[in-house]
Amino acid sequence: MSMETTLHHDAESGKLLIPRRKVGITGYGAYVPRYRLPGGEIARIWGGDPDGLPVAEKAVAGLDEDVITMSIEAARNALKRAEISPAQLRAVWVGSESHPYAVKPSGTVVAEAIGASGSVSAGDWEFACKAGTEAMVAAIGMVGSGMGDYAMAIGMDTAQGKPGDALEYTAASGGAAYIIGPRQGSLAGIEAVYSFVTDTPDFWRRQHAIYPEHGQRFTGEPAYFNHVATAASTIMRETELKPTDFAFAVFHQPNEKFPRRVAKQLGFKDEQIETGMLSPIIGNTYSGAAIIGLTAVLDIAKAGDLILMTSYGSGAGSDAFVLKVNRALEERRGKARSTREYIANRVEIDYATYLRYRGEIVTG
Amino acid sequence: MTAYPEVVIVGIGQEPVGEHWDTSLRELAGRALRSAMKDAGGLQPQAVYVGSMLAASASHQANLGALVCEAAGLAGKAEGVTAEVAEASSAAALNLAWQAVRSGMTDVAAVVGVEKVTDVVGAGQELSLLGASLDADYESSEGLTPTGQAALLLQRYLYENQFPREVLRGFAMIARNNAVNNPNAMFRRELSASAYNRAAPAAAPLNAFDIAAHADGSAALILTRADLVPRNLAHKPIRVLSSSLIAGRLAVHDRRDPLFFEAAAVSVRQACLKANLPLANVDFFEYSDSTTLQALLSLEAAGFAPRGQAWKLAMDDSLTLKGSLPVATMGGHMGRGFPLGASGVYQAAEACLQLRGEAGANQITHAHYGMIQSLAGTGAAAVTHLLAG
Repeated sequence: MSMETTLHHDAESGKLLIPRRKVGITGYGAYVPRYRLPGGEIARIWGGDPDGLPVAEKAVAGLDEDVITMSIEAARNALKRAEISPAQLRAVWVGSESHPYAVKPSGTVVAEAIGASGSVSAGDWEFACKAGTEAMVAAIGMVGSGMGDYAMAIGMDTAQGKPGDALEYTAASGGAAYIIGPRQGSLAGIEAVYSFVTDTPDFWRRQHAIYPEHGQRFTGEPAYFNHVATAASTIMRETELKPTDFAFAVFHQPNEKFPRRVAKQLGFKDEQIETGMLSPIIGNTYSGAAIIGLTAVLDIAKAGDLILMTSYGSGAGSDAFVLKVNRALEERRGKARSTREYIANRVEIDYATYLRYRGEIVTG
Repeated sequence: MTAYPEVVIVGIGQEPVGEHWDTSLRELAGRALRSAMKDAGGLQPQAVYVGSMLAASASHQANLGALVCEAAGLAGKAEGVTAEVAEASSAAALNLAWQAVRSGMTDVAAVVGVEKVTDVVGAGQELSLLGASLDADYESSEGLTPTGQAALLLQRYLYENQFPREVLRGFAMIARNNAVNNPNAMFRRELSASAYNRAAPAAAPLNAFDIAAHADGSAALILTRADLVPRNLAHKPIRVLSSSLIAGRLAVHDRRDPLFFEAAAVSVRQACLKANLPLANVDFFEYSDSTTLQALLSLEAAGFAPRGQAWKLAMDDSLTLKGSLPVATMGGHMGRGFPLGASGVYQAAEACLQLRGEAGANQITHAHYGMIQSLAGTGAAAVTHLLAG
C-alpha cells in the first residue's frame, strides 16, 4: 500500500489523529527501579494461591524514589538517544496516577532537573493507565502543529494496590519517557494515532482516597477488551494494515493474561508480542505499562519494522499508535541503558521490606 | 385427577447465560419471552409469571410483571406477577403457571426467569445479596453465604462418609463436558481431571470447579392446555405431568439431619405420586448443582442413591449422557452457568429439548420422562417437575 496516500486521505476525513507535519520519536528512555517483590511473597502473607499468580514479580520503587525521580531517570535516557539539547524542548508532560502532589506539578520539577529552559509547557496528565500515551498524543499535536520542534511525554507510576487486594500482586513501579520531534531525523516515524474512549467506570480512585477501587470482572470484557480491541482494530482498518504487517505489537498489560488474550483475539502471534511483554517480570506499571513495553521493542527493532502499540486507561479508553522504525534507531539506541538492562538489575525484597519502602508501616 | 386438563409446554426461549454487561434486565427478559412466544407458534399468554431472586436488590427493580410484559409487547394485555423462592424463583413461577392453566382459569401462561447479577460489582455487596436465600437471623447475619455453607456441609459429608475427595470431580466434569455442545452455556470447554485437581480451593473443600458461576440470563416458557396446542406447532408439545413445591426448614441447624434435603425428598415423592410415575421411570435428572454438595444431596434426597453414597455415582459413567441416569444434560448450573432465580426455567427448557429430541449432540436415547428440580437456599425449599415427551 502507499501509506502516504492513505494517511493523507484519512487525515482529511477519517477517525485517525494525524498531524499536518510529519512527526516521529526522536528519543526514548525507560526506567525500572531495582527492587522486585515476588508474587509468592504476597500469596504467603495473604493466603493466596502461589500457583495462580497474575505475574511472577513486580518492580518496587525504593525509599528515595517517586514518580518525579523516576521520570527524571527516564527523561535523561530519552535525551541521550535524542541527541538534542534539553533547551530545545517546548513541553515536559508527565502522565501518572501517582504524582507525589495532588496540587503542584511533577512536570516543573522534571523540566528543571533535566535542564530544560524555563520556556516550556510543563504539566501533569491524568487518565488512569493511559495518562502517558495521552501526553504522547498531545506532544504529537504540539510538534505536528509547529508550536514547537520537540516535546517530551512521560508515563510513570509507583502504583498502589491496597494490601490484600488482588491489585497488590501487579501494581508496580516504572515507566518511560518519549521525545516527539520532526519525523526527519527521528528514530521511528509516527504513522498514525487513534484514540477511542467511552464512559466506562471500571476502576477509579476518588479524591482523598489512598487506594483505587475496581469493578472486579467488569474490568475485563466491557472495559479492557472492548477498548483495546476497538482501538487496535480501528487503527489497522483505517491504515489498511493487518496483524501480519507488524513486526511487534504492544498492548497495555495489567497482568499477563489480558494482553495475551487480546493479541490472540486480534490475530497476533506470540512472537510479535513477546518482546514487549514485561508485566510477568515487572508487574503493571500503570501509566508506564504499554510505553515501557514499547521501549523494550525499540531496543531491538530493525529499520523498516512496523510496530503497533495500544494503551488502555480505565474510565475508559485506548490510544493506538502505528510506528515505523528508521535507521537512526539502530545507530542511537545504544546511547542509553536498555529496558532489559534495567530489568536485569534486580534486588529481591520480602513483603516487610516492601511495606517499608511503600510507606505502609504506621510508625506512630 | 382426570378432572384436570393436561398442561403442555409449547414454547421455549433461552438467552445465552453469561456476563451481559451491556444488556438490561428488561432486554434480557423481553428477548427470552419473545423467542418463547415465537417458538410456541405465536401464542400470546394471558398471564406472565416471572421468577427472579435478585431483581429487587441487585437491579433495584421490583414490579417485574409490568417490566417484562411491556418488554415483550404485552403491556395491557396480560396478568403479570413475580414469584420469589430465592434460587428456585422461576421454578416456583412455573408451578404457578402450571396451576393457572391446569385449573382452567388461564388458557395460555408464560413463565420467565430472569437474573442480572452483573448489575452489582464489589465483594461486600455481592455477599450481602447472595446471603438472602439463607436465614437472615441466624445464618447470613453470621457471614454465611450459600457457598460457604455448602463448603461446611461438604466437610461434614466427607468426614462422615470417608472417601477420597477427588472422586467428586466427576460432577464438575460431567457438567462442563455436557455444556460444550450447549450454545447457551457459559463454559464451553471440556474440563480435564488434571485441571480440576490443580484448581485451588475456593471455599475448602470446594474448588472453583465445584461452584457454579453466578451469571446473567433469562429463559421463558409458554404453557397451555393440550387441547389448545396450535395446529402449526413445529415441534412436539411437552407434557408437564406434575409440579411440587415444598418449603422446608430455612436454617440448616433446625433440620434433624443437616446432610439430608428433606424438602427435596418430599417434593420428589409428591411429584412422582401426582404424576403416577415411579422414580425408576425417570430417564434423566436436571438437578440443582449450584455446588457439588447440592449435586450429592439432591441425588440422595430424590432416592437415586442411599444417604451418604451419591459420591459413588461419580466414579463410573452412571451420570453421563450414556449412563443410567444422565444429569445436567446441557451443562447444569456448573457448565451452563448459574443465573440464580432464572435457572429453573433453563432446566425446563433444556428438558424440553431432550424430550422433543432436539438436544443435538447431547441427545440422550429413550428420553421419555425427565425430572427437573430447583433448590432454594441450602435445600430449604425445593420445586420438582416431571415432564414427558
